[in-house]
Amino acid sequence: MIYEIIVGGKPHRLELEKAAGGWECRLDGQPVHIDAVIPRRDVLSLLVDGHSYEIKREQTATDLHMWVGSTRFAVALHDPRSLRARQKDAGDEKGPRKILAPMPGRVVRLLVRENSEVEAGQGIVVVEAMKMQNEIKSPKKGVVKKISATPGAAVNPGDVLAIVE
Amino acid sequence: MFKKILIANRGEIAVRILRACREMGISTVVVYSDVDRAALHVRKSDEAYPIGPAPAAESYLRMDKILDVAKRSGAEAIHPGYGFLSENAKFAQACADAGVKFIGPTPHSMRMMGSKTSARQQMEKAGVPFVPGTSRGLASSEEGEQVAERVGYPVMLKAAAGGGGKGMRLVHTRQELRSALESAQSEAQRSFGDSEVYIEKAIVNPRHIEMQVLADEHGNTVWLGERECSIQRRHQKVLEEAPSPIVDSDMRNRMGEVAVKVAEAANYTNAGTVEFLVDQEKNFYFLEMNTRLQVEHPVTELTTGLDLVHLQIRIAAGERLPFAQSDVAIRGHAIECRIYAEDPDNNYFPSPGKITVLLQPSGPGIRRDSGMYEGWTVPMDYDPLLAKLIGYASDRQQAIMRLERALYEYFVAGIKTNISLFQRILGDADFQAGKLDTGYLDRLLAKANPAVASFAPKPEIKGLEKIAAIAAGMFAVLDPAAPVNRNGNAQGTGSVPSNWKQKGRAEGLR
Repeated sequence: MIYEIIVGGKPHRLELEKAAGGWECRLDGQPVHIDAVIPRRDVLSLLVDGHSYEIKREQTATDLHMWVGSTRFAVALHDPRSLRARQKDAGDEKGPRKILAPMPGRVVRLLVRENSEVEAGQGIVVVEAMKMQNEIKSPKKGVVKKISATPGAAVNPGDVLAIVE
Repeated sequence: MFKKILIANRGEIAVRILRACREMGISTVVVYSDVDRAALHVRKSDEAYPIGPAPAAESYLRMDKILDVAKRSGAEAIHPGYGFLSENAKFAQACADAGVKFIGPTPHSMRMMGSKTSARQQMEKAGVPFVPGTSRGLASSEEGEQVAERVGYPVMLKAAAGGGGKGMRLVHTRQELRSALESAQSEAQRSFGDSEVYIEKAIVNPRHIEMQVLADEHGNTVWLGERECSIQRRHQKVLEEAPSPIVDSDMRNRMGEVAVKVAEAANYTNAGTVEFLVDQEKNFYFLEMNTRLQVEHPVTELTTGLDLVHLQIRIAAGERLPFAQSDVAIRGHAIECRIYAEDPDNNYFPSPGKITVLLQPSGPGIRRDSGMYEGWTVPMDYDPLLAKLIGYASDRQQAIMRLERALYEYFVAGIKTNISLFQRILGDADFQAGKLDTGYLDRLLAKANPAVASFAPKPEIKGLEKIAAIAAGMFAVLDPAAPVNRNGNAQGTGSVPSNWKQKGRAEGLR
C-alpha cells in the first residue's frame, strides 16, 4: 500500500506492508516497524519502537483530523487507487471554493450579494445556533458566484451555503 | 417522603436529579420537547411525557403543560433544576396552587431576591455589606451624577431586573454618565420589560466568590463553604473551585455568617447561593442571591461530603436539616470544568451536532455529570452545556494535575468542545498561583495560544506529525469505511461497510 498523506500542509509518502508481528512501514523513505490495532471504531493503538500512542480519528463535514493525545492534526489522504480522493482535494486555492455550513443551524441573513467581490475572511452568511449568531467567512479573495443559503432556512453541517471563485 | 418527583429540566442536571431520586427510592417523571426524545434524561427516567416543540418557550417554559403532566402522572413534587423555570416565582406559586411541592424556596423569597433593588433594600435592613451606591432606581441623570460623585468613579450602572450582563454599563467619567444611563435604561426595558437602573461603585478587577446555604422549613440555616467563580466569559462561568485560593477560615466564617443572615432576612428555605464581589483588599460585598441549585454545586458536594440534591428533596418533604453548622467541615479541593459544545477555533461559538466518538475519563477523584452520549445529536435549541468534569483531591495542586490527566483522557468527536480551553487554564501560571479575577479569562485568551504540551506524549510536535501520518495510513488500511456522514442529519448512523467490499480489500492486501 502506498499513500500520499498531507499533515498540517506538509506532504509525506507512506508505504505499508504486512509483516510478521506488525507492519513494515516506510515514511518518506525511512523504515519503521510498527504494530497497530483498532480497539474500537475511530481509535487506533499504535506501537512504534515500544512507544505507545493512542490516535483518534475525527471526520467532520469538511476535514479529516488525527488526534495524537491532545494534539490535533489536519490530514488529507490520497490513495493512488481512488480517483475520488484525487478529485476532492484537487485545486483548492485556485478555482471555485464551496463555503459549507460547519454546524447545524438556521440562516439568519446574507451579508453579500451574488457577484460581489469579497476578501479572504470576509463574512458571507450569518448562521444561528444555540442562541448565538455566527458569521461564516470566505476562505479566499474572489467573487461570490452563487449563494444557496436562504434566510430562515435550516442547514446541516456540510451543506453548501455559497460558492466563491 | 415523596414517592414520585417530576423533573422539569433537561441535560446533565435532569440526569443528576434522576440519580438522586433513584438513590432515594423515589420514582421519576421527566418532560421533553420534540428534539429531546432521544435525550439521556428521557432514556433514564421511569416515566417521560412530551410537552411540545423545540423552542423552550413552547416546551420547558410551559408551566401549564408541566403541571398537567404532574397531575396526570401523580407526581407529588417538582424539581426545577437550574435555568428554565427554576427562579420563576409565578411557577412556584402555580405549583403551590396545584397542590404540588416545588423543590426550592417559597414564591415570596424568590420575588424578594428576584429584583436586585428590592433585595438590596431588604439586605440593608439586615446589615449586610454592600458595594456603595443606591438601593433604588435612578430618577434622573442628575441623581446619578450626585451618587457617582459621592462613591467615586468608576461606577457601574445596572438593571434592577437584570442578569447576564444586559443593561449594565461601566462609566469612568461624569461626561459619559447621561448617555450610558439612557442606553442602559432602554436596554433594560427591551430585555426585561423594566427600565429601572441603579448605580454602584465599580470594583476594579473583582473576584466573584459565592457561598452555598441550606435552610430547612423549621428555621435552621447553615452555610456550606464558598466557591471561587471568577473565571468567566461573556458573564458566564467556565470553571469553578472550592475552596477559593484566597479565602482563609476566618474570612470563610465571616462570609458564611453574612450569607446565613441574608437567607434568614428573606425567610429563605431549601438550597440557595449568596454571591459576593471581593475586592483586592479581600473586602466582600453582597451582590445577589441565586434561589436555585447552582450548576457548580458538585464542588461543594465533594468538599463537604454532602449530597445537596438529596438534602433539597428531604427539606422539601418537611424534614429537618440532619446536621448542625458545627458539623460542616471543608476537606480537600475540588475544581469543575464546564464542558460546552463550543468551537475554540471560532471564538467559542456554539457547535451543536452529532457526537460520533466519545471517550470519557474516569479513575480516582474524577466525577463526571453528563447529559451526552455517543451517537446523540446535540440540539441547536438550548444552552451548550454538555457535561461537567470535576476533579477532587487532597489539595489544589493535586486537583489541577488530576484534572489535566482526566482532560487528556476526554475525547469528543463530531462536535467541537472547549476541552482545550481547560488544558490552557490549568497549565497557566497565574491560575496555578490562584491569581484570579473576573477579567482573568479574557486576558488569557488575548494571549497567543501556547502549544498545550504538558501532557503531550513523548517527543515534540514534529515527531507527532509523523505519528499522525502513519496513523492516517493505518486507519485507511484497517478500517477503510470511514464514518463520513455528509448530511449530518440525526438519522444517519454512518454507512455500514459492505462485507463483500471489506473481504475484497483484505484479500487485496495479502
